[in-house]
Amino acid sequence: MEIIYAYTRKRSEFGRPCSFSDWPAKVTLDIPPEPSLADDFILRNPVCSSVQHGSDMSEHEVNTENVTVESRGVNHVEGGWPKDLNPQDVEQTARFRKRVEKDEHFVNTVVHLGPLMEHCVRQNNAIDIYEEYFEEEEVAEAEDEPPSAKTINVIRDPNLTKRTAAHLSWHPNTCKKLAVAYSSLEFQQNMKDMSFDSYIWDLENPSKPELVLKPSSPLVSLEYNPKDSHVLVGGCYNGQMAYWDTRKGGLPVEVSAVELSHRDPVYGTIWLQSKAGTECFSASTDGQVLWWDIRKLSEPTETLILDITRKGLLENALGAVTLEFEPTMPTKFMVGTEQGIVIACNRKAKTPLEKITSTYCSHHGPVYALARNPFYPKNFLTVGDWTARIWSEESKESSVMWTKYHLSYLTDGCWSPVRPAVFFTTRSDGTLDVWDFLFKQKDPSLSLKVCDEPLSSLRLQDNGCVVGCGSKLGTVTLLEISSGLCTLQRNEKNLVNAMFERETKREKILEARHREMRLKERARSEARLAEAESTLEESPQEVLKRARREFFEVIEAERTRAETKHLRGKVQGMGRTGSRHRDFLPWGRGQGSPSAFQVKDRVGEEVAAEGEESQLPKGKEEEEEQEEKDAA
Amino acid sequence: AEVEETLKRIEAHRGVVATVVTNAEGIPIRTTVDNSTSVQYAGLFHQLTTKARSAVREIDPQNDLTFLRIRSKKHEIMIAPGTISIKITIELYVL
Repeated sequence: MEIIYAYTRKRSEFGRPCSFSDWPAKVTLDIPPEPSLADDFILRNPVCSSVQHGSDMSEHEVNTENVTVESRGVNHVEGGWPKDLNPQDVEQTARFRKRVEKDEHFVNTVVHLGPLMEHCVRQNNAIDIYEEYFEEEEVAEAEDEPPSAKTINVIRDPNLTKRTAAHLSWHPNTCKKLAVAYSSLEFQQNMKDMSFDSYIWDLENPSKPELVLKPSSPLVSLEYNPKDSHVLVGGCYNGQMAYWDTRKGGLPVEVSAVELSHRDPVYGTIWLQSKAGTECFSASTDGQVLWWDIRKLSEPTETLILDITRKGLLENALGAVTLEFEPTMPTKFMVGTEQGIVIACNRKAKTPLEKITSTYCSHHGPVYALARNPFYPKNFLTVGDWTARIWSEESKESSVMWTKYHLSYLTDGCWSPVRPAVFFTTRSDGTLDVWDFLFKQKDPSLSLKVCDEPLSSLRLQDNGCVVGCGSKLGTVTLLEISSGLCTLQRNEKNLVNAMFERETKREKILEARHREMRLKERARSEARLAEAESTLEESPQEVLKRARREFFEVIEAERTRAETKHLRGKVQGMGRTGSRHRDFLPWGRGQGSPSAFQVKDRVGEEVAAEGEESQLPKGKEEEEEQEEKDAA
Repeated sequence: AEVEETLKRIEAHRGVVATVVTNAEGIPIRTTVDNSTSVQYAGLFHQLTTKARSAVREIDPQNDLTFLRIRSKKHEIMIAPGTISIKITIELYVL
C-alpha cells in the first residue's frame, strides 16, 4: 500500500513567484493498527544489543629540556651552638655543656631513657636474633632464561656533522668512563666544518662529554694506558701519534713528528707492558708498525715493515688494519692486514726478516678485528669480510672454526673476558651478534639490532657485562647483556679447551692429508714434465696446433661419454684426481693448454661444450664447427 | 650524678662501642667519641628519628616512637629519642 502525495504544476506556470499561505492540519491518511499482522511475528526475548563506549583518548609526548644536575655534599662539622657561643672556644662549649647537664629536664630524660637502652643492649647480648640456623644451600643454576640484552645508555656525537665512532676504550679501573675516538673513515670525506675532537664520556652524564680531546687531526684509535689511567694515546688520521694526560686538559701533551710517523691513518694502537708503562706501538695501512716511547714522541724507537716476502720493502708491504697484543706473551704480536692476511710477528727476533714468523690467509677482505682468546691465547678470532673465524696458531692453512657467510659485512669483534666460549661481532647492518659456541655453532645466541646505521666498533668492559658499540653516525650504545652470557658456566673451560683441541686436530689431519696428496701429484707431474720437456721449445704455431689437437680430443671424449653415458667427471688421459678438492693443481705444461683444461672444472657437458666454444680464439670457430659436423 | 651513673651502666655492657647524648640542636652533650663524629651522628639520626616518629604517629596517632634500632653489617645503632635529648648507642654485635 503506497502513500503518495502528488504535487503537480503546469509547465507554463514554472517560474511564477510562490505565495504561501497557512493551512490547518489535514489528515492525509489514517492507517489503523491491524493486530492480525502481528501473528506473522514472534516476540524476541531476550534481545542482545551491544553497546560500546570507549572514551576518546589522545596520546601526547612531552620531553623537557635536559637539566644538568650536580651532586654536592655538605659536611657539618659543628652542631647548632647558640649564637653567642664561639664553637672554637673550648671553655665556652664546656660551660654550655655543664649548664645543660644541670638542667633538670635533661636529667629526667636521661634517667628515663637509661633503662630502656639497657634493656635493648641486654637483649642483644643475650641472643643474636638474626642468627642463621641453616646455611644457605647452593642455589643450583637452573635459570634457563634466554639470553637478552638491554640498552642502558646512548651517547650521541654532539656535533652537527656526525662522524664515525672509530674506536672505544674503557677506563681501566672504574669502567665508568669511556673514551671514544671520532673520525670520518670515508676516503677523503673530510668536510670543512667537521670537528677534530674526540671525547671522554662519563657514564653518569651522557649529555655532555667529560673531557674534550683536541688533536691536530681526527683520531682513529684511542687507548687508555692500563697502568696509568690518566694517560691516553691516540693515533690520528694523518698518521701522527699523540698522547694526552687527562689532568692536563684537552690538548695533547706531545705529538709525534709528522715526517717520522705513519703516512696513513693509524688504525691500531696498543700499550705495551713495560716497567715504566710508557711504551706503545702502532700500526697503519702504510705497512709499518712503529714502536714509541711516549716520553719521546719525536721519533719511533723501532720500526717494522710488514712485507711478507721478507725483503723489507715498503712497496711490497701490506697495510695493517688491526693490531693485537696479549700481555701474557710480550714478545709476540699479530697484525691484521687490508689484504686479508694475518701476520704473526716476534718482536725480539734478531733480524728484521725474522720478525715475521708466520702468516695466515684469513679473509677475502681487510681483517677488521683480531683478538686472542683471553683464556686460551693460542686461539684467536679474526673478523673480516662476511665471516668471523677462529684460528689456532698451529694450523696455518685454514681456520679452526668459522661462522657462516652473513648478508652484511662484519666490522668488529671481540672475546668476552669472562667466558671463553663467548664472542661478540658487529655488522654493517647495525646488528650486534653474541656467539656462544658451546651452545650453538651455526647461529649467534643473541642477535640484536642496535641501530640502523652500520656499527663500526665494539668494546667490552672488563666485567664482561656491559658492551659499548659505536656506529657510523657517532652514536655509542651501551648494552648490558643478561647474566647467562657473562657468568662462567660450570665446566666451561674444560669444554672449550676440548673443543679447540678437537678442531685443531681435525685441521692438522686435513692439512697432513693435503700435503700427502700434493706430494703425490707433484711426483706424477714431475714424471710427465720430463716427457713434456722436449716440447717446451715450441713456437707459438706449434703450441696452437697442439692446443687444437688436444681440444678435439676433448670433444671426442665428451661425445663418447655422452653416447655411452658413462660416469661423469672422469676423463682418461687427463690425469686429474676426483672433482671436489680444495687444491686445484696447476697444470705444468705450455700455455696453450689451460683453455682446454679449464673446461674440466665445470660439471655438465653442455656447459662444458659451450665453454669450450667460447674459449676458442675467434679465427678457428668456423673450422671447428665444420669439423664437428663432419664428425657427427 | 644519676646521669653519670646511667651512662656508666650502659657503657659497661659488653659490646657497646660508643655512647652519644645530644640535644635537639645537634650539640653532643656527652659522648665517648670525638666531636665531629658525634655531630655527624646527631645530625643524621635526628632527622631519621623525626621521620620515624612522624611515620608511627601517622599510622596511629595514639602511638609514639619509643626506640629505634638500625642494624647494619658492622654495627647496630640504638637510638632512644627523648623530647629534648637523644641517646645514641653504637654497639658491635657478635654473630
